[in-house]
Amino acid sequence: MPKVKVKRTNPSLDMTPMVDLFFLLVTFFMLTATARPDEAVIVDTPSSASEIKIPDTNVITITVDKNDRVFFGVDGQQTKAALLDKMAGKYGVSFTEEEKKTFSLLSNFGVPVNQLKSYLAMESDARKEVNQPGIPIDSTRNELGDWVLQTRLTNPQVVIAIKGDQDVSYPTIKRVMDILQERKVNRFNLITDMEMKPTN
Amino acid sequence: MAEMQQKADSGGKGGKKRAKRQSTKIDMTPLVDLAALLITFFMLTTTFNKPQTMEINMPVKEDTPDERIELKASNAMTIILGENDKLYYYFGLAEDNPELVESNYSADGIRKVLVSPQVKSNDKMTVMVKPMEGARYKNMVDILDELKITDTKKFAMVDISDADKQLVQQKMGN
Repeated sequence: MPKVKVKRTNPSLDMTPMVDLFFLLVTFFMLTATARPDEAVIVDTPSSASEIKIPDTNVITITVDKNDRVFFGVDGQQTKAALLDKMAGKYGVSFTEEEKKTFSLLSNFGVPVNQLKSYLAMESDARKEVNQPGIPIDSTRNELGDWVLQTRLTNPQVVIAIKGDQDVSYPTIKRVMDILQERKVNRFNLITDMEMKPTN
Repeated sequence: MAEMQQKADSGGKGGKKRAKRQSTKIDMTPLVDLAALLITFFMLTTTFNKPQTMEINMPVKEDTPDERIELKASNAMTIILGENDKLYYYFGLAEDNPELVESNYSADGIRKVLVSPQVKSNDKMTVMVKPMEGARYKNMVDILDELKITDTKKFAMVDISDADKQLVQQKMGN
């Protein structure tokens, strides 16, 4: 009986299919990815069974965090640049080209107009650290209303979405909705998490 | 990597000069490494699911309050959102001293009331949602969600009145 030969297999394997697969995935993720914008605050939105998706573009996001601070954000760099011009004219503050550029890259912010200049002058790291006071919403100094109004004048197609934390007190949300209604915005979206729709 | 060593061995011997047979295989390990790195990067930076939204249309604020229609007591239901995630409801109008019932946000709570015949069989039934000062935003979203789930078409967000507050106080006192 001949000796059983142990077959020596080559330890290197063909990686071509693996590479094919990997590049397919890379391409897929590159094409579907929209980079996650860095938000000024983290909010924990309540959940609902609603199945409407928010549109990708032309959205004003009014974020309300659990300390009742209000943040404003809009997409579109041109919109933001034009918006800052208008707000600067209205509040008598002037911004340099560089500040406009920084502003057009911000995803959202929560500082009053008079502090906006120093906020924009910060380094982007420092900007994350700083404690933003929120946009004033009281009736004597209603800056949120102006931001919304001017954005709607700049880009009439915008949809308004309110992204509130679960623990925001109702009067704050009510005030935000009242501001929108004062500006003749009667239709807006509340951003919520997904929840299974009950079957019964 | 194994191929590289083989190549080095074959080149070492002298003798007859032969056309070197280069292996067509390339080592793909670095390529795979790079591809895997890119996949990881894109997977982590992607926001996959877009957030859900709930669309609400608020009624246009009338400049002339006279055009409003008086709501009949038999067609009115009020849900009061209280502090600490409490929920109360009553049928009829606050002036008639209705019976305030405590309920909750679960499937057995307010949803049962909203699908009950008293609400469902009456086409004119209008649900008024009155959040109190201490209510949370989550409560408001939850109740709007319940109204949507139960397919209640006629509802309104109304400011809380003093009569409603008194009813809740009485209830809490008991």
